Amino acid sequence: MNQNLPNSFRSGPDERGHFGIFGGRFVAETLMPLILDLEKAYADAKADPAFQAEMNVYLKDYVGRPSPLYFAERLTEHLGGAKIYLKREELNHTGSHKVNNVLGQIMVARRMGKKRIIAETGAGQHGVATATLCARFGLECVVYMGAVDVERQQPNVIRMEMLGAKVVPVQSGARTLKDAMNDALRDWVTNVHNTFYCIGTVAGPHPYPMMVRDFQSIIGHETRKQMQEAEGRLPDSLIACIGGGSNAMGLFHPFLDDPSVEIFGVEAAGHGLTQLHAASLAGGRPGVLHGNRTYLLMDADGQIEEAHSISAGLDYPGIGPEHAWLHETGRVKYLSATDEEALAAFQLLSRLEGIIPALESAHAIAKLSELAPQRPKDHLMVVNLSGRGDKDVPQVGDILKARQK
Amino acid sequence: MSTRIDARFAELKQQGRSAFVTFVMAGDPDAKTSLDILKALPKAGADVIEIGMPFTDPMADGPSIQAAGLRALKGGMTLRKTLAMVRDFRKDDNTTPIVLMGYYNPIYIYGVESFLADAKTAGVDGLIIVDLPPEEDTELCIPAMKAGLNFIRLATPTTDDKRLPAVLANTSGFVYYVSITGITGAATADSNAVAEAVARIKRHTKLPVCVGFGIRTPETARAIAENANGAVVGTAIVDVVRANLDAEGRATPKTVSAVADLVSALAQGVRGAKQAAE
Repeated sequence: MNQNLPNSFRSGPDERGHFGIFGGRFVAETLMPLILDLEKAYADAKADPAFQAEMNVYLKDYVGRPSPLYFAERLTEHLGGAKIYLKREELNHTGSHKVNNVLGQIMVARRMGKKRIIAETGAGQHGVATATLCARFGLECVVYMGAVDVERQQPNVIRMEMLGAKVVPVQSGARTLKDAMNDALRDWVTNVHNTFYCIGTVAGPHPYPMMVRDFQSIIGHETRKQMQEAEGRLPDSLIACIGGGSNAMGLFHPFLDDPSVEIFGVEAAGHGLTQLHAASLAGGRPGVLHGNRTYLLMDADGQIEEAHSISAGLDYPGIGPEHAWLHETGRVKYLSATDEEALAAFQLLSRLEGIIPALESAHAIAKLSELAPQRPKDHLMVVNLSGRGDKDVPQVGDILKARQK
Repeated sequence: MSTRIDARFAELKQQGRSAFVTFVMAGDPDAKTSLDILKALPKAGADVIEIGMPFTDPMADGPSIQAAGLRALKGGMTLRKTLAMVRDFRKDDNTTPIVLMGYYNPIYIYGVESFLADAKTAGVDGLIIVDLPPEEDTELCIPAMKAGLNFIRLATPTTDDKRLPAVLANTSGFVYYVSITGITGAATADSNAVAEAVARIKRHTKLPVCVGFGIRTPETARAIAENANGAVVGTAIVDVVRANLDAEGRATPKTVSAVADLVSALAQGVRGAKQAAE
C-alpha cells in the first residue's frame, strides 16, 4: 500500500467536501446558495441532540431498527468456509436500506422549512422510501425515474403512486438512472426556492456524500455491536454491492479504521467488463458529473457512457466519491459480479435461506460464493442484504421462464 | 490583460449600444454546417459569439440545447474539433469575441493546461463553465486567468448580495446574469425583474452585465438590452437549426440562412434599444 495513507480513513471529507481529489461541489450557480444552506442546516442538525433523539424514535418504531444480523447456517454449510452473517436491511420498512437515509434527509428538509421533495430513482427503492416518508410527514413528492426503469420496475411505480407521489418517466438519454438524475437536477434548478432534493446515494455535491453516509452508517454501527454480542469480536470481512454505493458506505464506514477487517465492494459487471457493464471503478476513470469528481464510465472525449446492469439500482455510470478514494488508497477492494452471477446468487439465497434478495444485493451474494470457501471456518463474514427482491420477482420470473422454453 | 471581449465592449460603449450575444452548438448538425453558421453570425449582427461544447449530460440546459448537443455528438463532434472550428473561424475574423460554454468534464479529460493552451492558440477569448462555481475556482478559473482567457461567471436570481462578491471575484470579460431560476429555454425573462437585478450587480462591479436564458424574440431582446450591456439568445437559435433539418436530421440548403435571418431580426431588436446606463 502507498505510504501516504491517512491516519484515519473516517475523517473525510475536508471542509470543501473532498475525499483526496474526489468529491467537491460541481453545480450550477443557481444551486450553490442552497447547497451552502444545506451544509449549514445539516451541521446544525448533527450538533443538535434533539434531532438525533427524534430520529432514533422513528428509526425504531417506524423503520423497525435495529435490523437483525442473521447467521446464515445453510448458506455457510453450502459454501463450506467462512461463517456467513447477513445484515438484514431488507427487513426495514419499505424493504431496503434506503429508508435510513431518506428519514434523515426528510428531517433536515423539515428543519429547513421545505415543503416539496424531489428524488430520482433507479430500481424504485429510493423512490418508494421517499414517497413513504413524504406521506408520513405530509410533503409533496415528485420522483424522476427513467422510462426504461418505469417499465422494468412496475411494482415500485405502483407503490410510489399509491403513497401519493408523482412519478415522472424520464425520456432523455438511455432513459435510466443517470437521466433521471439530470432531470431531477433540472427540476431543482427551476424550483430551488421551495424544493429539497433528496439524493438516494453517497454521490452528488458536498454535503450529500457525507450526509448520506452518516445516515447509512447506522448499518455498520449496529453490525459492530451485534457481532460483538454474537461472537464476542469484530467481523473479519464485510461485503456489499455498489451502484452509487450507499448501503456499502453505511456498512463499511464504522470499520474503516479497523485494519483486521477486510472490506469488499461489488460492482455490477453486467454482460462482462469488456462489454456493457456498470463497474465505474473497474472500467472507468476520474471525471466530473452530477456535482462531484469520481470514477465514471466515459469515452476518450469525456462524454458519459451508458451503464448496463440487470439490476436497475446499479445501472449508473458513476460511484460515490468516497468509494473512489477508498479504491485509490487500497483500503477497500472492489470486485465485480456479472448479471449471470447475480441471477444465480438470487436463486441460491432464495432456495437455501428462504430469503429473496434484491438483484442489487444478489451481486454481493455472488462474490460471497467466491470469497467464503477460501476462508477458514472461524472467519466471520458479513454481507449486507441491502434490499428484498419483491420488486424483481416479475423481471427474474420472466427471465427464468424464457430460459425454460 | 485585455481581450477581444474587453475591446468589443469598449467599442460598443463608444457606439452607445448594448451587445447582442448569440449561442450556437458546436457541430450541430455537422462540423461544416456549424462552421458556416458561425461565419454567418457576425454578418447578421452578432457582437459576441458563445459556442456550446457538446456534452452528454447538460444538467442546466433544457431539451432544445440538450438535443443540439446530442445531434453534434452523433455527428462526431469532439472538444478537439470544436477548437479546430474556432481556428477556422479566426482565419476570416480576428475581432469577434468567442466564448466557449459548457460543462467541465470534457475539459478535465482533455487536460486543463493543454486545453487552455490550445484554446488560446485557436483564438478563444473566454470560458463559461456551468458546473464550476467559485468554490471550485482552482480547477479552471485561476489557470484560465493565468493563460489570458476571460472566465465569465454566471450570476443568478439566487445569488444574493452576500454571495455576489464571491461570484464576481475572479470574473472577467463580462458577467452573465441568468434571468430565471431554471434551465435554458424554459421561461420568459421578466424585463423589470432583470433591470433590478442588473442594477444590483452593477453596484458590485464595473464589468459589463449580459443577460441570458428566456430571451426568444426581438421585442424581449430589446427590452433586456435597455437595461443590460448585452442580451444573450441561445435556445431560439438552436430551435431554428432543428426546424431547418431534413427528416434524417441533416442540414438543408436553408439551415444557415434561416439562422442568419433570425439573428438579423434579433440584432435589430437589440440595436433598437438605448444603451444601458453605466
